[in-house]
Amino acid sequence: MTTSKKSKKLTETEHKITAHDLAKKQREISVSEFFTKNRHLLGFDNPRKALLTTIKEGIDNSLDACEEAKILPDIKVRINQVKNTEDRFRVTIEDNGPGILKSHIPKIFGKLLYGSKFHRLKMSRGQQGIGISAAGMYGQLTTGKPILITSRISPKQPAHHYSLVVDTQKNEPRIIKDEIVDFDSKRGTKVVIELEARCQKGRQSVDGYIEQTSIANPHADITYINPEDKETRYPRASKELPVEPKEIKPHPYGIELGILIKMLHDTKSKNLRACLTNDFSRVSTRVANEICEKAGLHGKSRPSRIAVQEADALFKAIKLTKIMNPPTDCISPIGEESIIKGLKKQINADFFTSNTRPPSVYRGNPFQIEVGLAYGGVLPEEGLIRLLRFANRVPLLYQQSACVITESAINTSWRNYGLQQSSGALPSGPVLLMVHLASVWVPFTSESKEAIAHYPEIEKEVKLALQECGRHLSTFIKRKKKAADEFKKKSYIKKYIPHIGIALKEILDLNEKQELKIVNNLTDILERSRS
Amino acid sequence: MTKTLKKIEESASTIHNKITKKQKPSMYFPIRALSNVKYIPKRGFLELIGQKKARTLTVNTVKTFAQTLRVMSLSKELIEKDDIATKREAYYVSKNWDDARFEEQPESDTVIDDVEAMFEVNREQLGFIPEEKGGDVAGKLVVIDKDQETGKQLKIDCTKFGSGAYSIPISTEHLKFETNAKFVLVIETAGMFQRLVKHNYWKKANCILISMGGVPTRACRRFIRRLSEGKKIPVYVFVDGDPYGISNIYRTLKVGSGNAAHINQYFCVPNARYLGITPQDIIDYKLPTHPLKDVDIKRAKDALKNDPFIKQSKEWQKAINQLLKMGVRAEQQALAKHGLNYVIEKYLPQKLKKADSFLP
Repeated sequence: MTTSKKSKKLTETEHKITAHDLAKKQREISVSEFFTKNRHLLGFDNPRKALLTTIKEGIDNSLDACEEAKILPDIKVRINQVKNTEDRFRVTIEDNGPGILKSHIPKIFGKLLYGSKFHRLKMSRGQQGIGISAAGMYGQLTTGKPILITSRISPKQPAHHYSLVVDTQKNEPRIIKDEIVDFDSKRGTKVVIELEARCQKGRQSVDGYIEQTSIANPHADITYINPEDKETRYPRASKELPVEPKEIKPHPYGIELGILIKMLHDTKSKNLRACLTNDFSRVSTRVANEICEKAGLHGKSRPSRIAVQEADALFKAIKLTKIMNPPTDCISPIGEESIIKGLKKQINADFFTSNTRPPSVYRGNPFQIEVGLAYGGVLPEEGLIRLLRFANRVPLLYQQSACVITESAINTSWRNYGLQQSSGALPSGPVLLMVHLASVWVPFTSESKEAIAHYPEIEKEVKLALQECGRHLSTFIKRKKKAADEFKKKSYIKKYIPHIGIALKEILDLNEKQELKIVNNLTDILERSRS
Repeated sequence: MTKTLKKIEESASTIHNKITKKQKPSMYFPIRALSNVKYIPKRGFLELIGQKKARTLTVNTVKTFAQTLRVMSLSKELIEKDDIATKREAYYVSKNWDDARFEEQPESDTVIDDVEAMFEVNREQLGFIPEEKGGDVAGKLVVIDKDQETGKQLKIDCTKFGSGAYSIPISTEHLKFETNAKFVLVIETAGMFQRLVKHNYWKKANCILISMGGVPTRACRRFIRRLSEGKKIPVYVFVDGDPYGISNIYRTLKVGSGNAAHINQYFCVPNARYLGITPQDIIDYKLPTHPLKDVDIKRAKDALKNDPFIKQSKEWQKAINQLLKMGVRAEQQALAKHGLNYVIEKYLPQKLKKADSFLP
């Protein structure tokens, strides 16, 4: 808009390029084209990350689908290296979920920004409906191969198979193959994507990602077959499905002006007051009246008219009105017990603790923080602690230092809880720390969903949860230290008492029996006084 | 000697009895600090007030407790065999004691000092001797010692050492003296001692010269005490004009120390007098000075506040306050400003004329 206005002005001052010339250059950019050029925004910066992101999107979708359908997830992930290539891999992700209706398959996998999760406020792993289709598009761009989807919605129905490519110009799926096939499972979805990638070991690897996913999702059973054909099983530790999170309406505080205008346009309500009470959470008639009054608007005005002229005043009035916090039962935390189950399953440590904070709110969005902590055992004594970050049960592997969770962990004084810590750094010691943020809308710093933005409310909650776990840890460490001291004392007594016996024997010419009595008596005296 | 043996056995026996009764045994030590001494001018030395600390056997003290008893046992053995061990040797003997051995010598030194204080005896009486040198003597004195093999009397003439000196032995109890010297001049630094010996000052002033080399050793203190008491000759002390010279060197020689207060009775020299360098000397002789360091100031203030000897002497308080006010210190060698032999030709003769005015 601004560009065209400017060019108009320029023509008036008699420049060579006319508005018509410029207009010729203006054309719509398709979302797919945009992301082709900006794939780093979605986590496809390099071949290594591309592989991880693809698997992450696949697993996220499978887990979300299973949970919504109340099915305990069984997920199989397999990576095959394409024969005679160095950098081409075929990723297969298969679940036992509800399956996808045939008619929906092409759009879900072959169109960006198509999904069920963007238009609602409900806690889920995926948010925008970009992920899996972007992965497919990345594969298509690097290998030219289509994305293959097989899905079956019930044992009574046949399985459908699609072979799709994304038309990056139009952001529309193009169907290459559409057929009915045999499918081993009664129900579920299988996605195959071939892509240029690099398979690497280590923490920021597929292995690490799946391990962490399994910690945060103890109800899932995951099998992973790596390119060397080695199978790793991450068994289910809990048969309890997470409580299904409720969908909520947006809270007025969490709304931006643009979205407010859009909502005013799209509302089915006839007047402003009804729009406010029906489309937002925690807005009663009284609150709606108050907002209208503060904005100098009539409650009976037509919302679409307000959208054009007075949205700004309305927006400001909302900020000035005291509105109750949104309901928080829309969040489904992992739970203290399940966190410990998840940790115990993967880590052989001496001590486990966890804390789930009561729900809280940032900018009108409910959220909840959970912390799990494992100490000792196989965890290395030396070096900084290992921090695992999760958002809606999804592990965050990259950009640790940009994340509010990391900052909160650094700003917690762990020395009080028996760990060493240099200023401005994570503590060191044999500790694995997991922090989970559950929210209807996770405020990521970017679309690649790697770090959580710094909201003071979130930082505070993380810190409180960390401190609670820290207190549990410190009790354990103290008890352990006391036991060690006790042992040391005992050996100390054993070491030196005989010398008192020897010296007294030498000075007083005692016999062996007397010496033995001295040693025995002293051991008694000191052990008694040890408590 | 048997007295010390008896003390060791008595204390071991008390501990043994307690253990037999299944009670925690304790040892008692006088507190070794200036806070636990008093000074009565008539008696002439810093003496213990009697505060004691108990070391009761607990888990935390079991190591030192065991080590203390083993040192007592070693001492008993030394006394019985009429043998001696240097503190360093005692430290090496402990290497046979497995877990009860001492890691470093300061640890064994502390335990030996503890035992010494506990029995209120001199460590030589326990059979332990220091490595430290006793001090050097030159001048009009004949020391009567014994030949170590034959036991025959040996007469040592301290005028016959040329440019060298007689060295005070670690144990001086058996020595006897013959002298007609008018006074004993005790000197802080070996350098000043050398100068006076080289120019045969002792002949000129008819005196005995003794070099302490810093804070006097116990042997040196005992030697001077026995010499001055036995032969009834005055002792004049010539040290640097600074808080260390006054409150550490001179005070220790005259009335003993807080750390080894239990032996001060035998190791003090009550008739010692302070010849110089006095604060007034700095002015009178226009001596070149150095500013007082922070440690000097602290030491001086500490002496004014806590040292029972300084506290009872108005003259000393006045002198130290004067020094603090001047904010400077002067070394013995500063006299060289007026010529190398100024000390022999002018300073000492002038000072000795007014021996009555020496600081107490």
